[in-house]
Amino acid sequence: MAGLKAGEVNLGTSIMAVQFDGGVIIGADSRTTTGSYIANRVTDKLTEVHDTIYCCRSGSAADTQAVADIVHYYLQMYTVQNGKPTVPLAASLFQEMCYQNKDNLMAGIIVAGWDKDNGGSVWNIPLGGSLHRQPFAIGGSGSTYIYGYCDANYKDGMNQEQCIEFVKNSLALAMDRDGSSGGVIRLAVITEKGVQRLFIPGDKLPVHWQG
Amino acid sequence: MTSRLPRTKGGFNFDNHVRNTMMEGKGLCLPKATKTGTTIVGLIYKDGLVLGADTRATAGPIVADKNCEKIHYLAPNMYCCGAGTAADTEMTTALISSQLELHRLSTGRQARVVTAMTLLKQMLFKYQGHIGAALILGGVDLNGPHLYTIYPHGSTDKLPYVTMGSGSLAAMSVFESRFKADMEREEAITLVKDAIEAGIFNDLGSGSNVDVVVISKDNVEVLRNYAKPNERGIKEASYKYPRGATQVLKTSIRDLVDIKETVQATTTEAMDIS
Repeated sequence: MAGLKAGEVNLGTSIMAVQFDGGVIIGADSRTTTGSYIANRVTDKLTEVHDTIYCCRSGSAADTQAVADIVHYYLQMYTVQNGKPTVPLAASLFQEMCYQNKDNLMAGIIVAGWDKDNGGSVWNIPLGGSLHRQPFAIGGSGSTYIYGYCDANYKDGMNQEQCIEFVKNSLALAMDRDGSSGGVIRLAVITEKGVQRLFIPGDKLPVHWQG
Repeated sequence: MTSRLPRTKGGFNFDNHVRNTMMEGKGLCLPKATKTGTTIVGLIYKDGLVLGADTRATAGPIVADKNCEKIHYLAPNMYCCGAGTAADTEMTTALISSQLELHRLSTGRQARVVTAMTLLKQMLFKYQGHIGAALILGGVDLNGPHLYTIYPHGSTDKLPYVTMGSGSLAAMSVFESRFKADMEREEAITLVKDAIEAGIFNDLGSGSNVDVVVISKDNVEVLRNYAKPNERGIKEASYKYPRGATQVLKTSIRDLVDIKETVQATTTEAMDIS
């Protein structure tokens, strides 16, 4: 695994995805940094790779954008020849890129979306390039602060609204403790019907203990 | 092969490596490329976008050029501000400009700004940050105005107002306090000018003049040296000594000595051979 090169733009991030009956909720903070400077405070780390398949990006901005662009291209070509791709297919493409190029990449990616065969599904690809299907996944530097919270508060069978609240609260807690995360929360609800984007401004975040 | 020396078996020669590490250890510095410690900015206004740049180029602590051009032409509807290694910004923008011209010729359409952005980011990513070009790409196409920042490693951001270079912090503080959506042309140009001047006055790497480019739906204005906040002042008095201010203590005038040299042929007596 490659470390961050000098002057490289970093997505010191908090990202998350949760599966529910009928789709997935994905969410991310909006901070990108170059060293101690915030290069973008309203970044969109939720990247579309197909109509109802998204990825949450963490690590090097350049590396994750390049990987997402290539997978986006592969899925366009696949659609022309074979019709709509599934979420595990997209996740496998991401894994292949991340594993084969692990020496040159700094990319932690969560793939999530909806397809006819699987409904909503969440796939986590951490730094080494392994692939795990999970009912929910967290990632980025901010995620280390909320493993306990997420394990304690995740319940099987939560509905869409409960999942949105779970993601919102988890990300807000991560952004409060992680200096490399912050700004606004961006969410996307991906179901059979399509994608609905939600935006929570920095002054409307859920408030927890502030000391 | 005419050499009489015994031939080596091939492979690399690392003699210079040993020499170079030795010299580096003794404090040898390799020559540095000219960097543009820069302030470059861009913002979107009501009918298009405004790009701005300072005009100082530096080589270490030396100002290499006091009035260089950092806003590069990319296409008739696109311009690109460059910060970082001067040679890299110049060559990358020139190369992509050429590719866009060919693209335009083969498609018969005006190129889109995303196309230029993708070409730039894919090239910079390929070189893994070794091409030190930090760019602000701005242009207007059929989908309206677009403004991107492109980092040397190949990551991009799309925003309504952006700054880059060593003066980016000074310039961003001006934008963060005064930017509004849908500004008028004059207001937008003034804000860009003030942001660049914040860089010129508060950042050592930036200086001299302000260049501005305004791009709208079907009009491009290149305002070279839009502001000159650092013009040399006119001296209020003449500090020249008047003629005769120095006292003459002694005068000595010497004539030139004319040395003449002549060569005379001598007639030799014939040898007695009797």
